[in-house]
Amino acid sequence: MNSTLAILAILDGISYAALVFLVSVGLSLIFGVLRVVNVAHGSLYAFGAYLAATFSLAVAPISPWLTYPALLAASIVIGVVCGGFIERFLLRPLSGQEDVLQLLITFAAFMIMDNLQRLIWGVQPIFAAEPLRLLPNVAVFGVSYTSYQVILLPGVALATLLGLRYFLRRTLSGAVILAVTEDREASTAIGIDAKRVYFVTFVIGASLAALGGALASPTTSLVPGMGADMIVLSFAVAATAGLGQIEGTALTALMIGLTRAFVIYLQPEFEVLVPYLLMVLVLLVRPFGLFGAVQVRKI
Amino acid sequence: MQFLKTAVAAGLLVATFTGTSLAQTKPSELKIGITTFLSGPASVFGVPAKAAAEMIAEDLNKKGGIGGVPVKLSFIDEGAGGEALVSNYRRVVQDEKVDATFASISSGSCTQLVPVAEDLKVMNFMWDCGAASILETKKYRYNFRTQANGTPEMLAVLLYLLKTKPDFKTIAVVNQDYAWGRESWEIFSTALKAMKPDVQVVAELFPKFGAPDYSTEVSRLLALRPDVVLTTSWGGDLDTLVRQAGQRGLLQQSTFVLGIGESSIQRLGKDLPEGLIVGARGDHWFLHPEKKDDAAFKAFNEAFKAKTGAWPIYPVYHMAQAFKALQTAYDKAIKANGGNWPTREQVVDATAGTEFATGFGRPITLRPEDNQGLEAQLVGVTKSVPGYDFKLLDNMMIFDPKTITNPAGVRSVEWLKTLKPDFVKMDVPSFKAQ
Repeated sequence: MNSTLAILAILDGISYAALVFLVSVGLSLIFGVLRVVNVAHGSLYAFGAYLAATFSLAVAPISPWLTYPALLAASIVIGVVCGGFIERFLLRPLSGQEDVLQLLITFAAFMIMDNLQRLIWGVQPIFAAEPLRLLPNVAVFGVSYTSYQVILLPGVALATLLGLRYFLRRTLSGAVILAVTEDREASTAIGIDAKRVYFVTFVIGASLAALGGALASPTTSLVPGMGADMIVLSFAVAATAGLGQIEGTALTALMIGLTRAFVIYLQPEFEVLVPYLLMVLVLLVRPFGLFGAVQVRKI
Repeated sequence: MQFLKTAVAAGLLVATFTGTSLAQTKPSELKIGITTFLSGPASVFGVPAKAAAEMIAEDLNKKGGIGGVPVKLSFIDEGAGGEALVSNYRRVVQDEKVDATFASISSGSCTQLVPVAEDLKVMNFMWDCGAASILETKKYRYNFRTQANGTPEMLAVLLYLLKTKPDFKTIAVVNQDYAWGRESWEIFSTALKAMKPDVQVVAELFPKFGAPDYSTEVSRLLALRPDVVLTTSWGGDLDTLVRQAGQRGLLQQSTFVLGIGESSIQRLGKDLPEGLIVGARGDHWFLHPEKKDDAAFKAFNEAFKAKTGAWPIYPVYHMAQAFKALQTAYDKAIKANGGNWPTREQVVDATAGTEFATGFGRPITLRPEDNQGLEAQLVGVTKSVPGYDFKLLDNMMIFDPKTITNPAGVRSVEWLKTLKPDFVKMDVPSFKAQ
């Protein structure tokens, strides 16, 4: 492989990693704070994509540039409406119960949302590429790339990473979330409303899942089953990173993106295996993930 | 003498009543169990096919049904897959007591259900699945394929490519990573190697089924610059690949061959450029050059468009073919049974070797040696035509199934290896878009 192809592979890897990070970080955040493995995460991704496409197709005739706020609006609507509903009416009643019940209830939510998706949007693939078409292509060594995929997506992923870091470490709301994550009982004792923190965190996590879907929607066909595929990949990323580790999620997404791109150039047969091979290798060496740590069990 | 007369009269009476009792009583309805994808990515085929089945059944029943008996449909979701699919199939056959089944779209489903149908002794039409191996490895009595298999489908596409772009030197493939993606490439590449051995395969890419992103594959192909890119992908995967390739200029750089792209043409709309070679898994096209002026063909297409908002695609025609085959088989069996309602076994006997007119393309024969359908193959190239917001097929060729299907008893791949470069010189009629 010459240096030209290596640079092309790096660009492809970064572009893919950006999307993987945006999809996985919400799952990781929710687990980090609520300790809930949200199986409905894939459905939130799919709903975000479908609603973004619906909004985009509606506003594009007015002005194509309105499709960008449409993507953001769709993410927020799905995060607040669907995420809020799942946390308030499905997860909160199970608070303090066995973890497996939370897993089952989010799985039920996934099944229901998967069917709802077919009822609302049908089964034919939907494509809404207006946001992607608005930006010009860029040529790298004679190979054309869309700026949406090599500039915008990585830019949004980086902004999300830095924004989350800043929010959690430099703001009062972030500190409250971290406090509840660290010790729910102690933080409740000093007057923090843990239920509210859980609700807000779940809505943020759900919005991030929907944002991943919304940003993917201009580049891909929206089809039944797209949510299920994303759950598996997101779990692999979150587990490799260490559940709840935002920086770890970014690093893992980058590792997966780059490795996958180089594999496609060199040994495409192994493309499908890349995320899972990486996960197995990392977990063999570090069972709690790249950034995870052994936790002391509280009695 | 009196005794003899009485004996003859008794004998005649017995013969008359025995004869009557052997004829089947005409049932109140003819039940058909249909497996089709109602969930998952393949519902892009399954849902239109279900709509077609309902439309056809309604129309049939208005005309008195099959042999005067109305048909009743039961649907099974193939999306459930695995054991659930087999259980549901058994339930429909054993509890609902269907008279025939149409199963399935997926070759995986067919592989699972064909032995079950044989075991339950229920006539089954493989109405859409393409794996050639199913009927090549075993002779079945109750299972028939009412359309072609992957071998003639892929061979027709290759022949079209060789006839229209004979000078290409390099090829790359981007297929979905599952049975069809792998098997269709094996068929295509085996035949290519036999007929044009100097072609170099520069990349074999099998992205994950349902992959949302092909950026890296597109980059690699842009860098490799193959003369031809083949894909037998379908549904959302094909749409995504074509759009991502188009946005980055790959469709203009290489000749794209969409092995079963007919089903995506309407969805891709203006994103599909001119000059792409498109196969149709049979001679399926809503503007079929030999049928487009046929009143019944036009009426069916327009009724389907009115019902679903889209022109029929190949799974719709495949579904219609299964109904036509069933109707033909029953008519034949009733006739052979002196106008009486036939037994199931008599219908199965009548089905083997049947030729039936589809009304949507050329007639199909169910080859008696292996129950494989011999179906013509239509391949064309995309072209803009005023009045349509999607591309139409132009320079269409319709390939004779008897020439491009492997003989009964010979495995597809073995037969393909025997093809010679002269094979491409066969005469094939060509038709313009309009």
